[in-house]
Amino acid sequence: MEQVEKKGKKNQTPRTPMPEQDPNVRKRNFQEVPTGYTVEMAQAEAARCLQCKKPGCVAGCPVEVDIPGFITLITKGDLTGAIRHIWKKNALPAVCGRVCPQEIQCEGRCIVGKGGEAVAIGNLERFVADWEREHGTGEVPPKPASTGKKVAVVGSGPSGLTVAGDLIQKGHSVTVLEAFHKAGGVLVYGIPEFRLPKAIVANEVNFLERLGVDVEVNAVVGRTVSLDELFEQGYEAIYLGVGAGLPSFMNLPGENLIGILSANEYLTRANLMKAYLYPKTDTPIPKGKHVVVLGAGNVAMDAARTAMRLGAESVKIVYRRSRDEMPARKAEIHHAEEEGIEFFLLTNPTQFIGNDKGRLTSMECLKMELGEPDASGRRRPIPIEGSEFVMETDLVIVAVGSGANPLLTQSTPDMQLNKWGYIVADPETGKTTKKGVWAGGDIVTGAATVILAMGAGRKAADSIHEYLTWGW
Amino acid sequence: MFKIVKREEMAEGTVILNEIEAPLIAKKAKPGQFVILKANEDGERIPLTMADTDPENGTITIIYMVVGKSTALFKTLQVGDGFQDVIGPLGTPTHLEKLGKVVCVGGGTGVAVLHPITRGLKAVGNQVTCIIGARTKNLLIMEPQMKAASHDLKVCTDDGSYGHHGFVTDVLKEILEKGDVQLVVGIGPVPMMRAVANLTRPYNVKTLVSLNPIMIDGTGMCGGCRVTVGGKTKFACVDGPEFDGHEVDFNELMMRLQAYSEDEKKCYDEFCTLQNAT
Ligand SMILES: Cc1cc2nc3c(=O)[nH]c(=O)nc-3n(C[C@H](O)[C@H](O)[C@H](O)COP(=O)(O)OP(=O)(O)OC[C@H]3O[C@@H](n4cnc5c(N)ncnc54)[C@H](O)[C@@H]3O)c2cc1C
Ligand code: SF4
Ligand code: FES
Repeated sequence: MEQVEKKGKKNQTPRTPMPEQDPNVRKRNFQEVPTGYTVEMAQAEAARCLQCKKPGCVAGCPVEVDIPGFITLITKGDLTGAIRHIWKKNALPAVCGRVCPQEIQCEGRCIVGKGGEAVAIGNLERFVADWEREHGTGEVPPKPASTGKKVAVVGSGPSGLTVAGDLIQKGHSVTVLEAFHKAGGVLVYGIPEFRLPKAIVANEVNFLERLGVDVEVNAVVGRTVSLDELFEQGYEAIYLGVGAGLPSFMNLPGENLIGILSANEYLTRANLMKAYLYPKTDTPIPKGKHVVVLGAGNVAMDAARTAMRLGAESVKIVYRRSRDEMPARKAEIHHAEEEGIEFFLLTNPTQFIGNDKGRLTSMECLKMELGEPDASGRRRPIPIEGSEFVMETDLVIVAVGSGANPLLTQSTPDMQLNKWGYIVADPETGKTTKKGVWAGGDIVTGAATVILAMGAGRKAADSIHEYLTWGW
Repeated sequence: MFKIVKREEMAEGTVILNEIEAPLIAKKAKPGQFVILKANEDGERIPLTMADTDPENGTITIIYMVVGKSTALFKTLQVGDGFQDVIGPLGTPTHLEKLGKVVCVGGGTGVAVLHPITRGLKAVGNQVTCIIGARTKNLLIMEPQMKAASHDLKVCTDDGSYGHHGFVTDVLKEILEKGDVQLVVGIGPVPMMRAVANLTRPYNVKTLVSLNPIMIDGTGMCGGCRVTVGGKTKFACVDGPEFDGHEVDFNELMMRLQAYSEDEKKCYDEFCTLQNAT
């Protein structure tokens, strides 16, 4: 605290807390957890920014939003100006303000954070975007002159949506092809309502449609139509933003018992199929009494908190490494703990046990300890011999990562993949080894973040525009 | 919306045929592939293997048994109505090749799934015998279509009300005894497929079955459809739905199909009560 005082008056003000639903109430409902800043709160928080000459926050932002720039506009009360300023670099601020790992990006580099708490950049970004949605004119920018060129975007996650938004505003005609019956990618099927209301995603997709983007759902590229057929139909460039939608399992005995689901399945049922409203909606979801979630990333936190909201008596996160290695956003871990989720760290399952109906009844685990650092630089967890114990559970959700779904790439043999099945693309332009095809987001990098997927989309959109104007 | 252009009730109203406008799918679909249908905004995604396709008119035909809330809801849809979403064609098509003597065995609505496969096997030059069965005569479906799709059609009913009195496996056994069968395709309820696979095993005749586990996306992203084949976990929606019947763990499949049975029964009963009230 002393250090902060030395830095001047502004820094003494503590970070404006985000109002949130009470943990004991929210853990049983699906409404959004943080309720958002008021204008007064936003201006108080904005006033904490030092307007650095060489802002660390901007350097920490993967798409280089001019953070001090939009924060000044908030202090001046020009909220419309502030949103326009963010839009120059980031097309989905209402989403990013909610789901970006700010603590390792902009806020992690904020100078105010060196001696105290960083400026709440994520909360401010979210505030401005929400304000625009609720009070803005919703006016779409004037339509640019048509170039007569057709672009197909495969996948409607954050990466594909970014490409579509950028290219339509350059005058190209853009069609988004999505395999699911609803657009949004992980934003609609993965991230739950209580963290990212689906109305916000729908609003973003709707905005693109009003700009003139044609969104075609139920189009499984590789099955309904192939890339070569898209070229035959007159598309001149194709962007692949198909995500990393292949669930990893543990490959342990008993894993096909009833009551063991991938996080993809569990969250898709809950979010996309709205199974949390069952039987008002038609898709069921298993309701565990004693739920175990394997893994400790954002996906695991989302699954655990969903299970709690569906009425579980206990929910445990089981993770083979220690707390420091948990990959989830800090805020999600904190929220999960507040909601009564228990953490079993340095613990690894060894087998699943079921009854004669094939239903899961328990899980056997081993305790682990940390050994020497492994290839990822994290200390390798090693099993402690003889430490087996059994955990009672009727629902296990496997959230230990995902891989590249081969559906589309298998039908496109002339495009190079790396040894894990991800598409090889130039990191600067997104160009793949197949002419006229770009790729970006999770299908290139492996499961990463919304903002990195958007960043890749922006670079590819620039490259596609250049190609449509000048050639490959 | 994917419009229903033709609708028929079969097997005393327990089985429904819908011909649906879906030009992109009709053009692409091959025997053995399936679609996923969703009736309305809050509907469930239901996988159904196509019984027929008409690329010229841009339609596909599905035939389903009314077993739960979602299929009961499908049944209420009339000509001119439609499905909000139809996704496909999904799954790996049947590998069609000329082998010689082939037997296609269908039970219940499995006959519908078997139809394009039988036709495809005949078209590539196989000598195709087809055996179809049902509990009783009135529950039998697609007899004329199956007759046209094969060289020789044999019909069985469990109660002897029509055709051979007994199970499809009885007739299959007779044919296997005569020898020379290169391939058996068995599609129907899980116990029937298991019986067919068990029967052909000692004869060492390759046997294909088409599995129907619970699915969500149908594109390999959820793993809900996993089945054990030859000791390995496979995703039926992309690796299948057809597998080597001698390698499939049918017991596991039967159990996994029961995952939501209690929920489903409740939901179905509520839906029926509501329907009867209106
Ligand atoms: C539960 C969960 C929570 C997460 N939480 C966070 C978080 O808090 N913060 C964060 O930054 N990141 C988070 N992530 C990661 C983030 O969501 C992803 O990195 C990001 O969505 C990747 O974007 P994308 O556009 O590459 O792909 P996706 O969002 O995966 O979208 C791909 C789309 O392509 C479609 N598709 C796939 N194959 C085909 C095909 N053949 N034809 C047509 N369409 C196809 C898919 O249906 C999907 O809609 C989370 C992920 C999950 C699963
Ligand atoms: S680093 Fe922090 S204080 Fe400096 S400009 Fe960025 S948000 Fe403001
Ligand atoms: S249905 Fe989801 S992976 Fe097969």
